[in-house]
Amino acid sequence: MIVAQSINKSFGKLKVLRNISLTCNKGEAIALIGPNGSGKTTFIKCLLGLVLPDNGTIMFNNKNIMRQCQYRSAIGYMPQIGRYPENMTMGQIFEMIIDLRKNENQTTDKELIEAFELEKMFHKRMRTLSGGTRQKVSASLAFLFNPQVLILDEPTAGLDPVATEILKEKIRKEKQQGKLILITSHILSDLDDLVSEIVYFNEGHLLFHKNITLLRNETGEEKLSRAIAYIMKSNLMQKTIN
Amino acid sequence: MFKIIKYVMVDILRNKIVLAYTIFLLAISFSIFNIEDSSSKGLLSMLNVVLIIVPLVSLIFSTIYMYNAVEFIELLLSQPIQRKNLLLSIYTGISLSMIIAFVIGAGIPLLLLEGSPTAIIMLLVGMLLTAIFVSLAVLGAVITRDKAKGIGIAIMMWLYFALLYDGLVLLIMFQFSDYPLESAVVIFCSLNPVDLARILILLKLDIAAMMGYTGAIFNQFFGNSTGIIYAFTTMLIWLIVPLLIALRLFRKNDL
Repeated sequence: MIVAQSINKSFGKLKVLRNISLTCNKGEAIALIGPNGSGKTTFIKCLLGLVLPDNGTIMFNNKNIMRQCQYRSAIGYMPQIGRYPENMTMGQIFEMIIDLRKNENQTTDKELIEAFELEKMFHKRMRTLSGGTRQKVSASLAFLFNPQVLILDEPTAGLDPVATEILKEKIRKEKQQGKLILITSHILSDLDDLVSEIVYFNEGHLLFHKNITLLRNETGEEKLSRAIAYIMKSNLMQKTIN
Repeated sequence: MFKIIKYVMVDILRNKIVLAYTIFLLAISFSIFNIEDSSSKGLLSMLNVVLIIVPLVSLIFSTIYMYNAVEFIELLLSQPIQRKNLLLSIYTGISLSMIIAFVIGAGIPLLLLEGSPTAIIMLLVGMLLTAIFVSLAVLGAVITRDKAKGIGIAIMMWLYFALLYDGLVLLIMFQFSDYPLESAVVIFCSLNPVDLARILILLKLDIAAMMGYTGAIFNQFFGNSTGIIYAFTTMLIWLIVPLLIALRLFRKNDL
């Protein structure tokens, strides 16, 4: 569904993405993990066309996304830091996005709005909202149009445990419907039972892309966090040996 | 696209600054026409408002608005909306709101208390200047992501167009006074929309003494009506070109 081929991106002298190639298929739930500043968010923004790669191509359903916008109607995006027009109320944000994006034949999925009980806060201005509530708005907007692809950048950061569970349940549900889900997160325990593939970024390199069961077998660890720790350690060992 | 324009305009009109600008213009124009006994004196005072205050407010307000709209832009660009359409809609939204403010604030007094053809030209020129400086502000805001830098650029632009430019032209003319400078002066005028606006109104007012050197040459060079058409077209170019450059740059910007 999404094929990225040798993507490079640098901000000035800083190389953020180095020759990244990644193929994502329908029905997969892919976790992008890696240390801070390893290029995960930049890669995601490249997929959305918010950041333009220096070279390389990204194909979405076999179409190059360069300078296109229509493909984004198949994507729901939840940014890491949801920033919204401060003067608008939450209700107006939802109204506006629905007004701008909705097609005739599309139904809106308001499950998350209801689950998070956002309707009670529809009259509140965005600037008065807490970080967690903004995250809830971002999550609800990402799922609102029933998109084929969900791109979630740190979805559970800043959410309370109840909301985290609601969101995870929703992600699980969408995954079962055969949607492509891309998640970045540092909270590996959140990903344990959600994702089917692991992509590991480090300093702009894509270190590996593996199926999670394969990874578990290879490392002999059941917990994702332990498996990753194992790999990072062995990587370090290799580096010191070399 | 119309939907985005609508949202931008609703957002701006909710902002009290545009309302304050309208009231300020209303107050200043009514008091000018009430204090001055002759109408052409009143028009000349209004000219200063149009040439100094309108560009300043349009530039600074639009620049700050553009920077405050970063969130709005980010939000909409992750939706299926084209960058070009988004920037054009934001530009149209800002300039329409500013033009409405200007027409209510300065246009109503001009038409009610003056109503001469010159007043109408002044109204048109003010609207055009508003659109031009919003376009320049959008360009400045697209060039740099740093808010302080962007506002700095806006203030520099205003200082340059409204104050510095005339001094520079005078200096050049003084230095090269031994040479025939007529056509050069016409080119110099075309390089500054504020200058063009001033000449346009003064050509219509037909006060030779107030035209200054550039205005007099302009009049001589083009004659009255051709001069007006030339000035209008050049101002339109001043509106379109910065906007086109901004659109080009915005296509490549990272968010």
